[in-house]
Formats: sequence, structure tokens, C-alpha cells
Amino acid sequence: MSELNVHKISTGRQCLYSGLAVIVVALFCGAISRYVGYHVIAFVLLLAVSVVAMFFDIIPILVAALMSALVWDFFFIPPYFTFTVNSTEDTIFLLIYFVVAITGSILTYKIRRAEMRARAREEREYTFRLYNTLLNSLSHELRTPIATIMAATDNLVHQPEQLTEEGRSELLAEISKATYRLNHHVENLLNMSRLESGFLKPRNDWCDINELIYFTVGRIEENYPNRKIEVEVPADLPLANTDRGLLEQVIFNLLINAVIYTPGNSLIKVSASCNEDIVTLNIDDSGGGFPEAEIEKVFDKFYRLKNANPGGTGLGLSIVKGFVEALGGTVLLVNRKSGGASFTITLPVEVSYLKNISNE
Amino acid sequence: MNRPLILVIDDDIQIRRLLEITLRASGYEVEMAATGREGISIAASIKPDLVLLDLGLPDKSGQEVLREIREWFANPILVLSVLTGEEEIVDALDNGANDYLTKPYRTGELLARVRSLLKRAQPVGNLPSITSGNLNIDLVAKVVKNNGEVLKLTATEYALLVLFARNEGRVLTHQYLLKEIWGPGFLNQSQYLRVYVAQLRKKIEKDPNRPEIIVTESRVGYRFTEGR
Repeated sequence: MSELNVHKISTGRQCLYSGLAVIVVALFCGAISRYVGYHVIAFVLLLAVSVVAMFFDIIPILVAALMSALVWDFFFIPPYFTFTVNSTEDTIFLLIYFVVAITGSILTYKIRRAEMRARAREEREYTFRLYNTLLNSLSHELRTPIATIMAATDNLVHQPEQLTEEGRSELLAEISKATYRLNHHVENLLNMSRLESGFLKPRNDWCDINELIYFTVGRIEENYPNRKIEVEVPADLPLANTDRGLLEQVIFNLLINAVIYTPGNSLIKVSASCNEDIVTLNIDDSGGGFPEAEIEKVFDKFYRLKNANPGGTGLGLSIVKGFVEALGGTVLLVNRKSGGASFTITLPVEVSYLKNISNE
Repeated sequence: MNRPLILVIDDDIQIRRLLEITLRASGYEVEMAATGREGISIAASIKPDLVLLDLGLPDKSGQEVLREIREWFANPILVLSVLTGEEEIVDALDNGANDYLTKPYRTGELLARVRSLLKRAQPVGNLPSITSGNLNIDLVAKVVKNNGEVLKLTATEYALLVLFARNEGRVLTHQYLLKEIWGPGFLNQSQYLRVYVAQLRKKIEKDPNRPEIIVTESRVGYRFTEGR
């Protein structure tokens, strides 16, 4: 956990810290040297080196190992305050200390590196799995409408005489529905690639949130005329300085999700409010809600609910999250007590109460 | 009566074929061009009543074609774009396009735009009044009636409504509206436009929240229509 942070510290600074660690431990050893023999001191110093080895890069580790050997020799092996060692035993001891300090800490370092690599590999594998999931759901999601279009057009082209008038118009309706679906997926994929490119810069302008909500609701109702979407926006909602296009896509994705994944007669509601310079949007539905265990993950790229029906690419909600964050806001999902999901988008924005100008 | 002549400039053969069939079926004469250069020279020789111009052409950018044609061509130009970037659309409108559609579009929508552009191409002249749907604007007396009922409009609301009505069916960009109504110093003051459009809608729309006369073109501008 702390490892990642430590690696952000420069090597020079790490060397300084490991040197300081050795000095602090050496001072402690100086204090206890009256009570213990200098061989015990060696183990205490070795402990300091091992601790350094658990956190730092290889160069600071070697610095600590070398410094501790020198400190031990200079201050603790008689004769004191010289690097001279009198007895053969102490010479051997010093050499062994040096070798153990170096090999021990290098080994620690290597194990740590291997662990990190394993973790990176796991992450890569996770990404790969996600990628596979994407390919699976995408190929399903893209191919189904294409298959529909191909089959229906083949029918119309190759055996027109066998089709009844009713059959023909049914086929045409299917083609129309399939293209709409296909277009929606392509739109999502393009939006995702906008997000992934890292070049997504909001272009802010004054936006009438009330108008935006009705406009987006209108877009949905055009394609799902039977779904009723309730809108609740206070009359005094100010203009907000934000990127209308991104916000429109966010509201659209949340609404289309609600329309697709909740029963046809259940209520969907969009509401907005503003408190000082925070605009809050709510999109509530009265469907089945989300499994509590998966709520955290639904905004992840390509994530699909475990029991999700086939259909959907797992892109819609991650685009919502990406766009909302690009706008500087947050999105929260909770299950409503009365049933259904509730998305709350909180946007800190510049607002303008320049409404109802009548002083002309 | 002569059938209106439409020139389609698009590099994609499928789209060209589809447009040809669709437009012919709706009673138009159709000519085709696959490149910008070809489009400009055909337009110069046949003087079409309307140009359908794809912005993504292989030889010249659609914007260039637009600028060049606009130097001498006064009839409506409807721009087709596959890009979703609003900048490109706003540029095209500023370069003289009368309207735009982004691909993929619905055929019904395309035909409606073509019809409305051709209708307005007939000179309005210096008419003393404009009638559109239930609205009647008496430009001499400066009186606006909705279903025969006189509306109380402020001077700015009136100016905005007249500008819209004179450009029925045409998308007017935010920048254009701000410049025309408030002046060049107000190009960054889009909040005025938002507020006045909202106020105007309250006075002329049946349901101001679901406007049918002053329609929003997301991030581009507004379009004035007859309503339903």
C-alpha cells in the first residue's frame, strides 16, 4: 500500500531518509551499548536495514547497508572511533555483517519487485478479461441488429412475392428498430473513445437546464412514445454555465437505461434543483433497482450486472460517470426505499439568475 | 410546373444513390457530383434550386466548397455532416449554409428540410406582414397576433421574433442571433439569448416546455418553424 507512494519520492530523498534511519537507530544503539555487547548492536542495525529494504529502492537500501556496517565498525567495534578492527573474529563478523546486510536487503527488494510485477500482471489480466467481455457484448450487440437488417432485407429483396403486405411492413419496422439500436451503440462507442482519448474538454456556455431536460426527454419520447417521463424543475432554476452537449448525453444515457430496463408502465422522473452554485439533477425510476453488491461497480467500463439480460454494452453508465467527472461533478447511485434506482448528479457550476428581464 | 432541381455533392456512392432515389421519388430533379471541384462546376452550369452538400469531401473541405459556391450562388444549401462536433456545423452555417443534418438522419427529416428550404427560397419580398402557423406579425404596425389574439412583447422580444420569422426553417446560430439583436459586443453574453428565448416561448408556444415554434438545435442555435 505505502510502497506505491514511496516510489514517488526521488532516489536522493530516499537515500537521505534511509541514512537518517540508520543514524537514529545508531543513536539508540549508542544509548543501549552500555547494557549489551556490540554483537547485539549489529543485529539491531541489521533490523534497521531490513526495514529500509521493505520500503525503498535498491540504491537507498545499499546506502543503508553500507552505512550501518561503517557505523558499527567505527562506533561500536573496539577500538572505538577508528575503522581498525583488532581481532580476527571481529573482522570475520564485520565481513559477514556486510554480506548479510547486502544480500538480505537485495533479496527483500527482489521479492517486493516480483510481487509488484505479479500485481501488474493481474491488473493486465483483469483489463484483458474486461476487454474480452467488451468484445463479447459488443459483438453480440452490434451483430444482432446487423443480422436483423441483413435477414430482413434479404427477405424483401429475394422473395418479395411471398410476403404479405403486413409481413413486409413488419420487416421494415424491424429494420428501422435495428438501425436505431445500432446507431445508439455506435454513438456510445464514439463517446467512449472521446473519453479514452483524454482530449475531452468541456466547452461551457450558458445553459437553460429546464429546457435541456425537456429537450432530452423529448428525444426519448420520440422513440418510446408510450413511456411517460415526469419532469420536476423549479420555475426559478438559474442558468448554469456548463457543457450542454455532455450534460445532454448524461441525462439521455440515464433515461434510456431507465426506459429499457424498467417495466413499461413504471414511472420515470427527472428533477433538478439548485443550491447556491450547486446544481443537482435526479433521475429516478421505479424498476427493480440495482443489486446492492454491484452498485459500486456499475459505473466501471464494460461492467454488466451479473443477471443482466443480453443487450447493452456496459458503456452507458461509464460514459455517464466520465462525462459528469469531465464537467467537474459527481454521480451517485442509490436504491430508493420505495423501490427503483435513483441517480443523483451534483454539478458545481457558475449560475446566472438573469431570468425574466422585464425592465425594458 | 417545373420540378425543382437538386444538386447532391457527396463522395459516397451509396449515399448518392440513396439520395437520388429518395429525392426523385419525391418529385425532384437530381444531379450528382462526387467531389468538391465537380460540384462547384456542375452548380455553375445547371444553377440548381438547392444544393445538398456533404462536408467530408476527398478533394476540398466542405467548408471551402461552401465559401466558393456562396460567392455567386444564392439558392439554399443544406449541409450533411457525419461529424458530431458542433463547431463544424456552426462554421458551415457561418459560411453560408442554410441548414444542416447530421448523418445518420431520417429520410422524413431530410425531405421536410428540403421542402422548407425550397419554399422559403421563393422571394418573400417586402411583405408588410409575416404569417406562420398561428402567428401573424404585422411589420408595419409592429403587432403580433397568436390565433388572432394580440401578444404583449417587449422591444427585444419583438425584434427576436421578427428575425426568427424572417428566417423560418433556417437554423440561426447563437452567435448570429446575439450579433443581430444585441450587437457584436454581446457575442459572449449568451445568457441574454437563453432568457429571451425562454420568455418568447412562454408567450407564443402552446407548451413552452415542449416548444414547437422556436425549436432548439442543441449547442448550435434555434430554428423557427410553423409549429403544428
